[in-house]
Amino acid sequence: MRLTGGWIVRTTVNLMISRAGWSPGRKGVGVVGGVLLRGFGWRHAGRRAWALRGVDLRVEDGERVLLLGPSGAGKSTLLSALAGLLPEDSGEQEGTVEIDGLDPRKGRERVGIVFQDPETQLVMARSGDDVAFGLENRGVPTGEIWPRVDEALRRVGFPYPRDRNTAALSGGEQQRLALAGALALRPGLLLLDEPTANLDPAGADLVRQAVAGALDADTTLILVEHRVAEALPLVDRVVVLEPGGGVRADGPPEAVFAAHGAALAAQGVWVPGHPITPRPATAAAGDLLITAERLGLPPRLGPTDLAVRAGEALAVRGPNGAGKSTLALLLGGLLRPGTGRVTASAELAGPDHRTPPHRWRAPALARRIGSVFQDPEHQFVTGTVFDELALGPRRTGQTEAAVKDTVAALLERLRLARLAAANPYTLSGGEARRLSVATALATAPRLLICDEPTFGQDRRTWRELVDLFADLRDAGHGIVAVTHDADFVAALADRTVTLQRAPAGSR
Amino acid sequence: MISIEPVAAPGAPLARRNPVAKVAAALAFSFILLATLDPVAPAIAIALELALLPLFGIRYRVLARRALPLLLSAAGILVTLVLFAADRSGRVLLDAGPVLVSTGVLLTALGLVLRVFAVALPGVIVFATTDPTDLADALIQNAKAPARFAIGALAAFRLVPLLGQEWQMISMARRARGVDAGRNPVAKLRLFTSTAFALLVGAIRRGTRLAVAMDARGFDAGTPRTVARRQSFTRADALLIAGSVLLAGAALTTSVLLGTFRPLLS
Repeated sequence: MRLTGGWIVRTTVNLMISRAGWSPGRKGVGVVGGVLLRGFGWRHAGRRAWALRGVDLRVEDGERVLLLGPSGAGKSTLLSALAGLLPEDSGEQEGTVEIDGLDPRKGRERVGIVFQDPETQLVMARSGDDVAFGLENRGVPTGEIWPRVDEALRRVGFPYPRDRNTAALSGGEQQRLALAGALALRPGLLLLDEPTANLDPAGADLVRQAVAGALDADTTLILVEHRVAEALPLVDRVVVLEPGGGVRADGPPEAVFAAHGAALAAQGVWVPGHPITPRPATAAAGDLLITAERLGLPPRLGPTDLAVRAGEALAVRGPNGAGKSTLALLLGGLLRPGTGRVTASAELAGPDHRTPPHRWRAPALARRIGSVFQDPEHQFVTGTVFDELALGPRRTGQTEAAVKDTVAALLERLRLARLAAANPYTLSGGEARRLSVATALATAPRLLICDEPTFGQDRRTWRELVDLFADLRDAGHGIVAVTHDADFVAALADRTVTLQRAPAGSR
Repeated sequence: MISIEPVAAPGAPLARRNPVAKVAAALAFSFILLATLDPVAPAIAIALELALLPLFGIRYRVLARRALPLLLSAAGILVTLVLFAADRSGRVLLDAGPVLVSTGVLLTALGLVLRVFAVALPGVIVFATTDPTDLADALIQNAKAPARFAIGALAAFRLVPLLGQEWQMISMARRARGVDAGRNPVAKLRLFTSTAFALLVGAIRRGTRLAVAMDARGFDAGTPRTVARRQSFTRADALLIAGSVLLAGAALTTSVLLGTFRPLLS
């Protein structure tokens, strides 16, 4: 191991912290408390680049820290290291990381972590059992388990009895439960890795309220969150990681944003007070492309009417469970309608306009309607980014020279040129999103349907997507975006359709 | 949709028994019945199973729905044997060219169908009355199975119903990309293989994430585990196993006494 860089106590910051509590029960005598990183770096096995390097950081007990940085700055890697989830044989380490003076791999019981995806962090079928799972693993005596489960559930405001099926919970409720599972272990340090990124705004609110209400005064919190404005009420300190190594900025939120706000915003961090210029349509909408009449698929989607024209961007909004994604799939000709019909105009479908889109052959469909899925990984079919982009054009019968031109233009346009030979599954979230949009554009469809295109994206990719969709619209394409993202709607949409949740019990 | 929920009334006297006892009883019952090839012993066993069903809190209609795959495979066996069995002995019932149905053929087929039912029904009953969590708990506490295995399998099991949705998503995403097989069977097979591969990749990634989340909550960290839900193995549970051995034995004995017994190994 090697130490890079000096270890600097951030005196200014530490003086700011009024809440820095000290709990003798949790710390060994004579051991330095809190989180301490000295020249810490980590390189995943088989990677050339360091995920994280030269990080010097000290977090006192009871501090609430928001960890920021552009995509790829190593925020998640840092949390994994603190949670002791980077086995020594899974990569190469530089410098040291300590929690209360211990290697995090040995001090696991001091740390709790909640991840992004609710589906893959609940273990048990019943809610109470899931909270009890960690307590059983830690060897808590049986008599103490259920009182601690009940206390954790009460703290996060879990509204159901213990035997509630975890699969029947909404995403926000599942994340609350995951939080209860972490809190039941009474960690001194709680790590939250974008816990609201997969949730609709209401679900994200639920989780933030639970975090705000559930923490003890002496619990240390380190939070990674894209949406800075929403996270700020939870924290009293902001730490910004520099991609390529080190800590760029550290201090109270106002001070950090005053000094670095503009630069951070340009790099992709969602800094409050840096609005993005909206892109309203430059011309009136043109010909009709597609019409839905009483279109539905019980029980996922009730009857819905809408029409999309060339040169307009339509936003589809509504709560989780209202059937927005189903509507996108139906309009995209990927699902057979349960009720009503989808009609493509002659403008969109040419000679095929008498057949509904779900009966078209796939290559014909890809030439006319492009679909971008919520999870980009569902869409990847080939082994390299280049082939991924070339697939659609080849399928629709373009010549190899034309395919090359199309792909080169898209790679350039979406900042993917340097990744042409990379495997799509190894891309970061932002890169995978840009690639999935690019694949849909490769066949130049007149109508583009996107499901949550801005989900979990940093500010830079977000802005590029708005500009890309706006350019397409102004060039006469129709855009349908299913989204929870109010800012995206404000920046792009010319019209909004809001779906209502299907009646309870019918889902 | 793959259903993993128990369907029985949870308070029924035999449904409440320890899951390990239920599994052991079902295994013992099925194994004993495998010993004979005759139709009489399985017929008695099926009658016993159906008679005991109310004690497990399962309604007959629910069982019929659960056992539907079993009914279909039974029909398959019947048709296959009637058409292709080598043994054409006995009185000829129907002679239609290549199809020759005799009493001997029918009897063999009937015996086989009854055996399938008699052997499989106990398993169907156990899983219809047992919550997977309780089974995992009992395996750890009463059968001393490693928690690493039992809880790991339980957690993986919870992800199974997601696979169906995932398959549909991947197929639709491929269609959106202009990939379809049309009527070409070779292309169909290739598309199926590549979709299955994508599903597998996704399942492994999801499984890895779940494993990390379990790791973060101290699973399999070497600390001796405690149990939140106590499973007890009582005298009634032992009696259930003994009773199942006794009943299966009785079915066999009856068959021997009636002279219909045909041992599997002779």
